[in-house]
Amino acid sequence: MQKLTPLKESPSQTAGPYVHIGCVPNFCGITGVYDQDLGSTMVNDQTKGERITVTGTVFDGTGTPLKDALVEIWQADTDGIYKTGDPRGAGDPNFTGWGRAAGDYDTGIWTFETIKPGAVPFPDGRMMAPHIAFWIVARGINIGLQTRIYFPNDPMVANDPWLTRIEHQNRVQTLIAKEASPATFQFDIHLQGPDETIFFDV
Amino acid sequence: MSDGPLFHRDRTWHPKPLSPDYKTSVVRSPQKALLSMNTTLSEETGPVFAHDMLGELDNDLILNFAKPGEMALGQRIIVHGRVLDENGRGVPGALLEFWQANAGGRYRHAKEGYLAPLDPNFGGCGRTITDADGQYSFRTIKPGAYPWPNGVNDWRPAHIHFSVFGRSFGQRLITQMYFEGDPLIPLCPIVRTISDPEAVAQLIAPLDMNNTVPMDARAYTFDIVLRGRRSTMFENRMEGN
Repeated sequence: MQKLTPLKESPSQTAGPYVHIGCVPNFCGITGVYDQDLGSTMVNDQTKGERITVTGTVFDGTGTPLKDALVEIWQADTDGIYKTGDPRGAGDPNFTGWGRAAGDYDTGIWTFETIKPGAVPFPDGRMMAPHIAFWIVARGINIGLQTRIYFPNDPMVANDPWLTRIEHQNRVQTLIAKEASPATFQFDIHLQGPDETIFFDV
Repeated sequence: MSDGPLFHRDRTWHPKPLSPDYKTSVVRSPQKALLSMNTTLSEETGPVFAHDMLGELDNDLILNFAKPGEMALGQRIIVHGRVLDENGRGVPGALLEFWQANAGGRYRHAKEGYLAPLDPNFGGCGRTITDADGQYSFRTIKPGAYPWPNGVNDWRPAHIHFSVFGRSFGQRLITQMYFEGDPLIPLCPIVRTISDPEAVAQLIAPLDMNNTVPMDARAYTFDIVLRGRRSTMFENRMEGN
């Protein structure tokens, strides 16, 4: 018999407490190496779409905010096109689609200034409700956690082809942001407990 | 035939999220099962970074924080290798970011309290982007081992942290590179979050005498593998999609 010879993915290891040094050096006081921290700006004056703020805190199983988490997001532009890698074309040239933010050292709060994404198709062609993909790393997290944020009062959420696959529909609300003030969406992430955020193996 | 869904992650190869000997993981690991899903455009696409964003010294940690005419202290090394996917194909244009302690095992970070001194000429961060074949290299000093608060006498083996972007957000990976022959590797609670010895071996870079620069810097080789993608020969997609 012939042998299958796929390689194995490199095993993950925790980002550790000093992830800032490598990923957001200016944030942690290492200046002069890079002009600015990658992912700190997603939009400019020309970006199409509705400006929004997405902010939140990551909480551990005791309810304590993580003050050393790093959060990254990836989302479509206002027309539902991803900036790079999207077979349907190139996204808005004035929008990066990708952001990175560290939790504040004192409060753990992280914030993104972005735009509301458009809807993106599921593989079967149905449209998914507008969402933002999240990736969370920190000390004590051995492999990056993947989740998604959806928007409140969005009529597409009820029929979203991804969300409707979830068995425990009472947990879906952990993926829906709260509009804390106009155009500011609060998305707290709970690693454990009764409000544990849904994390995906995807 | 085009690129389809990402290969599913082999979670038995990766560290277990809950690894009680690495104490911080106990309250930071999800307790409910991860929900397994097939990838969509949201995971199959991802940010791509251009070579022109790199500064001249971004891949030289010996010089990129040093005062003019000075250098970081420590054993000079070159770290090089390829970024591949699980199909064995090189991944071009992959952004790698790396960070590490200095030669004495001290990080330049406000929350770091080890008594070993900072090196005024060492910042500890660097980055590079792979070439058309997936190759990368950078120059640095060998980081020191250091103690950390977990057990009362736990020491991290010398290591370099890597953050890796492929072409898909679902390939996003952070890992650590260890050095051949370090006796602290099998003792480390963070290394031991990985249960398969072959998986641990995948993170240990061998000394590479062929690429060592005589009288200058030793070389270590470290290849990184990201998730592969299925070929879409026969996909269940609706007509027109």
